Amino acid sequence: MKFRTLALAAAIASVGLSSAVFSPAASAQAQEQFFPVLVGRTGPVAPNAVPWANGYVDYLKLINAQGGINGVKLSYEECEFGYATDRGVECYERLKGKGATVFQPLSTGLTFALTDKAPVDKIPLITAGYGRSESQDGSVFTWNFPLLGTYWVAADVAIQHVANQLGGLDKLKGKKIALVYHDSPYGKEPIPVLQERAKLHGFDLQLLPVTAPGVEQKSTWLQVRRDRPDYLLLWGWGVMTSTSIKEAQATGYPREKMLGIWWAGAEPDVKDVGAGAKGYSALALQHGAEPNSKVVKDMLAMVHDKGQGTGPKDEVGSVLYMRGLISAMLGVEGVRQAQERYGKGKVMTGEQVRWGLENLNLDQAKLDAMGFAGVMRPVQTSCTDHMGSSWVRVHTWDGSKWAFSSDWYQADDKVLRPMVLEAASKYAAEKNIQRRTAEQCAQ
Amino acid sequence: MAFFIETMLGGLMTGMLYSLVALGFVLIFKASGVFNFAQGAMVLVAALAMARFSEWSNAALGGDSLFLANVIGIIGAGAVMFLVAWAVERFVLRKLVNQEGATLLMVTLGIAYVLEGLGQTFFGSEIYSIDVGMPKDPVIMFEGLFEGGVLINKEDFIAAALAAVLVAGLTVFFQKTAIGRALRAVADDHQAAQSVGIPLNKTWVIVWCVAGLVALVAGIIWGSKMGVQFSLVTVALRALPVVILGGLTSVPGAIVGGLIIGVGEKLSEVYLGPFVGGGIEIWFAYVMALIVLLFRPQGLFGEKIINRV
Repeated sequence: MKFRTLALAAAIASVGLSSAVFSPAASAQAQEQFFPVLVGRTGPVAPNAVPWANGYVDYLKLINAQGGINGVKLSYEECEFGYATDRGVECYERLKGKGATVFQPLSTGLTFALTDKAPVDKIPLITAGYGRSESQDGSVFTWNFPLLGTYWVAADVAIQHVANQLGGLDKLKGKKIALVYHDSPYGKEPIPVLQERAKLHGFDLQLLPVTAPGVEQKSTWLQVRRDRPDYLLLWGWGVMTSTSIKEAQATGYPREKMLGIWWAGAEPDVKDVGAGAKGYSALALQHGAEPNSKVVKDMLAMVHDKGQGTGPKDEVGSVLYMRGLISAMLGVEGVRQAQERYGKGKVMTGEQVRWGLENLNLDQAKLDAMGFAGVMRPVQTSCTDHMGSSWVRVHTWDGSKWAFSSDWYQADDKVLRPMVLEAASKYAAEKNIQRRTAEQCAQ
Repeated sequence: MAFFIETMLGGLMTGMLYSLVALGFVLIFKASGVFNFAQGAMVLVAALAMARFSEWSNAALGGDSLFLANVIGIIGAGAVMFLVAWAVERFVLRKLVNQEGATLLMVTLGIAYVLEGLGQTFFGSEIYSIDVGMPKDPVIMFEGLFEGGVLINKEDFIAAALAAVLVAGLTVFFQKTAIGRALRAVADDHQAAQSVGIPLNKTWVIVWCVAGLVALVAGIIWGSKMGVQFSLVTVALRALPVVILGGLTSVPGAIVGGLIIGVGEKLSEVYLGPFVGGGIEIWFAYVMALIVLLFRPQGLFGEKIINRV
């Protein structure tokens, strides 16, 4: 009985202690800009989501080490959602009450769930490289910011790259391209663009869904072996990607003919496969692994060397670490831009941050000065364009590291713009949303 | 025809691996009447322990002997699974003798969460490799008979063979040895088994150890195939329709059920899937299991339960 009482007391004390010690937001001051951090440090996507979270949090620490945003220090609090939409909504509800002024859901399913909530709560959503593709249209999706690129951009560039490999868009005619995709909102996003491109260029599109999490794919790869597609696009996440590459090896499908989305092109996706993944390529959301960039050197010197790094030091600069870092940077720059209008050195509200994100202008000189030379190209948003850029490269796994293997691509607006407008208009009609006018945009 | 054979073979080999995981469920249910929802978590913990002990010892040996490192890894993981078995009996089952089946089921759910959390806390949550020398490249056979030949995945073939050996060994253990008979006696009636001198606590530790051994073999095979990571726990979900179909109390049922589910889900995905948009294999396995339940509620090989009132 005594032991039980002691154990219970210890458990209660440890819960209290952990929330007091390990929650940086617990000590947040009124003059701090609060950043909620939705993380998936446990569960099936942890190997991919952990480096993202570490990069995100490290960047907030770096900004604090550099003096904050015009003197405003940043605070943050993590909420574990394990890539489950219901738990993500719970995290959102909990953290919005703590003064959140920008959310990054790190899940397309969760983005769909929060898109209706964000306008009510007046909290912008940054979905860098994921989320709803039509939310690029800022005149309808006022609070969504799919910065840097959407899955429609990725699908469009993927076809451009395949065409490039074949010798031109006209060479796509009669070819067979398979899409092996995570059977979820994330995996289904590229399908409309691929179907549109298939109609335009006359290639045959084969759709092969993989049920999440994707640990058993033999049936899918039996079909790949039977149909022998000329190219295979892989829309995987977490364990699905490495399993796909292993199945490709096991069925003898050439890795050189495989092209993954940018969420299926990081170290955890290929590390375990090693030489078996050699030749596998993936789209890069501008950046790849960037261990030699200035921002990484600053991070090591100002955060990790002082014993304040969030994760292991050797992870700094890896692909998904950089994705998290850049995502945090976009949020920070949104706040900084908002301060330009609403007052330097002040804590911004969600509405003010929304304005900042809508008026981002990260030109090359600014990016270079921030340490992103060679990592990123300019990003400029507007009222009608909440994406800001659509630059993509391709990188290839050489058996031990990712290396860029293509020049820069840009999504073809002639193909995508009408689709974005149509889908956004449909959403506006469903939700009874009026498109913002030029005057409203100017406010 | 060659493609149909490939699909069948792929299904049979996958089914054999499902049988291996299903066996873990069956063993514990046979010996303690507990439907062990923690079997998937045990696979994860066993694989994590094997991968990390092997990695650490390989580093300590200077990377010279992968074989020795793997042996140390297997011994270390075996010790961890023994510890799990002992802890489950000492801190959970001993307190719950003669409780309702539903209570015990919920307890194993709790054990699953504890094992998943503790396993990742001690051993990490990244992707780890198990390299036991399994061949990764395929082999093409019967090229003279069929155009393009029949592709055989060597890794799957060896894994299925290993699983078959283990299943055969366990069948003999349960049917022919004194300990096996004692385990079955405990499952039939705790009190009657105790009255003839079978020690309940020791028996439970043994059966959880055997289930831990099965989890270790499954963890090594699946971990070698897909890397050691959290998703290994979901492999157990693939074995659920197997035990429903084969019957919870039958070792042969787990084997035949695994093969039927393996082949059935591959054939359904490949031949029916394209007509309904694909992605049907997981739920189609349950459809097959439910159809069997309609006609044989105890599963294909399960024991018919008759209660006298």
